[in-house]
Amino acid sequence: MNAPILTYVTFLPLLGVLAILFLPQKSEQSKNIIRGVALVTSIVTFIVSLWIYAGFNPDIAGFQMVENHSWIPSYGISYHLGLDGISFWLVLLTTFLTPITILSTWSAIEKRVKEFQIAMLVLETAMLGTFVALDLFLFYVFWELMLIPMYLIIGVWGGERRIYAAIKFFLYTAVGSLLMLVCIIGLVYFHKEQTGVLTFNLLEFLNTDLPRLYELLFFASFAFAFAIKVPMFPLHTWLPDAHVEAPTAGSVILAGILLKMGTYGYIRFAMPLFPEGCAFFTPALITLSVIGIIYGALVAMVQPDIKKLVAYSSVSHLGYCMLGLFVLTRQGVEGSILQMLNHGISTGALFLLVGVVYERRHTRLIKEYGGIAKIMPAYATVFLIVTLSSIGVPSTNGFIGEFLILLGTFKVNKAAAVLAATGVILGAVYMLWMFQRVFYGKVTNPKNLNIPDLNLRELVYLAPLIVFIFWIGLFPNFFLNKMHKSVDHFIGQVQVTQHQLAQVDSDYAALDSIKEIIPLRSK
Amino acid sequence: MENYIFLIPLFPLVGFLINGLLGQRIGKGGVFFTACSAIGFAFVVALFAVVELVGRPVEERQLIQVLWHWIAVGDVHVELGFMIDQLSAVMILIVTGISFLIHIYSVGYMHDDPSYWRYFAYLNMFVFFMCLLVLGKNYLVMFVGWEGVGLASYLLIGFWYEGDANADAGKKAFIVNRIGDFGFVLGMFVMFITFGSLDYNEVFHKAHEMFHEGAITINAPVMIAMCLLLFVGATGKSAQIPLYVWLPDAMAGPTPVSALIHAATMVTAGVYMVARSNILYTLAPTALLVVSLIAVATALMAATIGILQNDIKKVLAYSTVSQLGYMFVGVGVTAYWAGIFHLMTHAFFKACLFLCSGSVIHAMSGDQDMRHMGGLAKKMPITYITMLIATLAIAGIPPFAAFFSKDEILWKAFTFPYYPVMGKIIWFVGTLAAGITAFYMFRLIFMTFHGEFRGTEEQAHHVHESPVTMTFPLIVLAFLSLTGGWLGIPHLIGQHLGHVPNILETFLEPVFEHSQAIVSHAVVIPEYSHGVEWTLMGSSVLVGVIGICLAYFIYMAHAKDLPAKLAEQYKLHYDLIYNKYYVDEIYYVMIVLPIYHFSVFLWKVIDAFFIDGIGVNGPGWLVKRSSAGLRHIQNGYMQTYGAYMCLGAVVILWFFLGAH
Repeated sequence: MNAPILTYVTFLPLLGVLAILFLPQKSEQSKNIIRGVALVTSIVTFIVSLWIYAGFNPDIAGFQMVENHSWIPSYGISYHLGLDGISFWLVLLTTFLTPITILSTWSAIEKRVKEFQIAMLVLETAMLGTFVALDLFLFYVFWELMLIPMYLIIGVWGGERRIYAAIKFFLYTAVGSLLMLVCIIGLVYFHKEQTGVLTFNLLEFLNTDLPRLYELLFFASFAFAFAIKVPMFPLHTWLPDAHVEAPTAGSVILAGILLKMGTYGYIRFAMPLFPEGCAFFTPALITLSVIGIIYGALVAMVQPDIKKLVAYSSVSHLGYCMLGLFVLTRQGVEGSILQMLNHGISTGALFLLVGVVYERRHTRLIKEYGGIAKIMPAYATVFLIVTLSSIGVPSTNGFIGEFLILLGTFKVNKAAAVLAATGVILGAVYMLWMFQRVFYGKVTNPKNLNIPDLNLRELVYLAPLIVFIFWIGLFPNFFLNKMHKSVDHFIGQVQVTQHQLAQVDSDYAALDSIKEIIPLRSK
Repeated sequence: MENYIFLIPLFPLVGFLINGLLGQRIGKGGVFFTACSAIGFAFVVALFAVVELVGRPVEERQLIQVLWHWIAVGDVHVELGFMIDQLSAVMILIVTGISFLIHIYSVGYMHDDPSYWRYFAYLNMFVFFMCLLVLGKNYLVMFVGWEGVGLASYLLIGFWYEGDANADAGKKAFIVNRIGDFGFVLGMFVMFITFGSLDYNEVFHKAHEMFHEGAITINAPVMIAMCLLLFVGATGKSAQIPLYVWLPDAMAGPTPVSALIHAATMVTAGVYMVARSNILYTLAPTALLVVSLIAVATALMAATIGILQNDIKKVLAYSTVSQLGYMFVGVGVTAYWAGIFHLMTHAFFKACLFLCSGSVIHAMSGDQDMRHMGGLAKKMPITYITMLIATLAIAGIPPFAAFFSKDEILWKAFTFPYYPVMGKIIWFVGTLAAGITAFYMFRLIFMTFHGEFRGTEEQAHHVHESPVTMTFPLIVLAFLSLTGGWLGIPHLIGQHLGHVPNILETFLEPVFEHSQAIVSHAVVIPEYSHGVEWTLMGSSVLVGVIGICLAYFIYMAHAKDLPAKLAEQYKLHYDLIYNKYYVDEIYYVMIVLPIYHFSVFLWKVIDAFFIDGIGVNGPGWLVKRSSAGLRHIQNGYMQTYGAYMCLGAVVILWFFLGAH
């Protein structure tokens, strides 16, 4: 594979942006042309990304389709892309969800269509870039680039409190990112000290030996930045606000892909770069994951707003992903990656579905609905299927992910597995209770009597998600097969180094080294 | 040739898809035909498979078909595949056979419902998942069916979802089952880390091997934990204490659904699971003791509640809970085959009872209150006779079916090899509950079919016998309620009838032989004389007859005044039982409300106030306030700046000069 396929896929959406820039948006017709161009661009990107699928070799543990060109040589920064079994499905998830999202905005976004579609396409490029960048500088550029279109999507096309939500989203993420930037520079510095080479290449850093304290500090900073993105309890409160205020498309991308940046960050950067730090913080992170699972579910249960309910359910679901990562068993890690896809599909679909009724009724409050199964039977059926997937009923995707994560956890940490498994019960409670209040009972609100059922366009963008719900549920090996090698490699990277460094009282040693440093500072 | 097993679940699945997607287009006839023929074909294939199974030598009686490798990660390998052995053969015949009859019955019962297509789609879906449950070759496929039937049950209980009570009941069923499934999943995890597999053959082989090597001993903690966790799942699915509360509410669904799902098939899944895992349970006698004690307590408690219910379906619901208790007593005292035997006879007579009640409700224009019925025997002779047969069966009167199965269970409880003393207690309570069962079931018969009609004029006018699609299944099931028990005639009686063999026990024996070997290896099985067995058999019949006579005395002979007088006299007990021991209310106050209020607290106080208010917006507020405060310094007035300058100069002077 000599063609720079990753570059093509990453930057194809920008071609669409270029085209849209020159299009007028005066009439309804010209707006449709803009939407059409955006849709076609994203579909073409998806089709081209299937080339990645065709060329991917699951027997290779390391990176494939690597492109490495010097970019800013004086600082050792290079344009370095690559893909492995971990990022493979996340890239495809991105190219898969974007056209669906763009199709969903057809009638939802009426104002500033041009700017909106540009933002969507730029966002796609940024997300793809984040998943394939292997140079820390390049990664950081893409990482920050994601912020801007998302900030605009919430802030311009959002609901009533959109400015508050957008600023909160931006500041929260930026705080974490800046901390991470400092640590990236620190990492580069240490690497230069040791080897004399100035580089931002991720692969070079894997062998860098850091002083223990810095390893802990750097891990903590990376973990903090990514924990905000995930979001982990207690850094999650930006999420419900952002989701409630964001337009449907924003919520879908936010939940479907942006949140995965956090978990991906752990698996790609924080854990393999700083295995010692990872080992030190693992108990804390497992605890927070379990709290997040239960806390998110309980708070979701009492939400009056459907979107907020789904937002808190994301906190719970992402808790599973984090738990799976940190138990470091094959089942846990693969389940976690699969759960990232599942969450993208199921929660993405849930937000799309909420958007469908919001467009018709302009409210997301559960109490405004009731009995609409009779009015919108097709909608109710699709909603039910997605609900079942979200609560992990066997034969849907959600079950496989949760099962693998919980089994992987049970092997090494029974208490965490038992506590996390209660989230499965709570998940059924909040989802089915919401489903009952929205769909069952008699229609009491006269405004609900004439809501039109799903139209063809909506069916078209929901259908692929339904297909994947069952595809992953029934044939998970198709998806898992691609991960095996890379996940083994990942676990090896983190664990082997941990074993080498492990001391019986390593945790106390770490505390001691902190104590040693503190007097140094005060001098 | 065993690669056709997948057809058994496939037919119902196709039926579900056709009815679910095209149900509104193909018309009533199309829906009825699709649904019934799908199950009919499944039954025929199942029959074919069982014939092939029986045709094989005993040691080769296992048909296995693997469809594909489902999940393979690291050391976890789970196949999506099926297995038919003697146990699943019995189960699949019951499931597809009864389902077929109830589908036919439903054609008559749901004929005028506007959503008939949705009903038949769900019913087909249920059969599909039930087939997975009994045919799966490992615990995970069983679990797919296990949760899948729960889903079908949820949808069918809430079938008439416009009524809030129905939707509530459906949700309650699903969530309570989920609590059980939580245990089931953890049980599977313990199993996996102990045996490294979830496949039946591998797990049981490994368990047996490890037992012989001494790697696991009888009552090893891990075995007790595994079995109890799995049993938590069974208490949910099969409505045992403490998770039985969903089943009575589940009667909100259409009556054929109550017959099929909430009596004959789905709720017996837990019994099947324990019987399937017999080796594991046999290695954990403590778990068996817990199972049989909970079971017998459930049997007694549900029977007492059944006494005072006035809703005909509620009586049957509590009797189902109670009878499920008997099945668990059976498997709990290591008489696994007897549990399955009672499962089978119960499927016949309880399906018959529910369908008869459906026929009555149909005639009463939807009224389920027995206080409005009476004297229906003359107007609905077929319903009356079939229901009477089924009631005699449940009351344990020979030669009806449950006489044989219930008696076998009680006898095996009496001779419980692991805990002989506890076994006697279980036997005593079980026999007592049997008497109560006979009492409340005949109360039902007398209140419904005898005496005078107590309903409205309009109802009296409308009462009629049901159409043939409904009476035909009744007749078949009544016939089976009479003869079904003859498949398991005990040796004691059989030897006097010209050596009639115990067909079912002999057939099922190979599935349980390792367990029997472990039991006899572990304890000395006490011998009891034939006299004891005859005495016990006689006493359980006697108890049944007493129950019937008492019911006759109170609800027939003195129906006018005695029930009311008794209720007056024992008001406290009456209220306690009439309100089902207030268990639902206790759960609501002790569990539901606290969780709800705790969640609101988490949301409003922890999330909104502390984390978001103080933790996140606090720093923002601080920055804003301090900037706002500092802003006053820079107000643009020359005087102020002059004053600051002077003040500054003074401070500096003081610092440098005054300090010395």
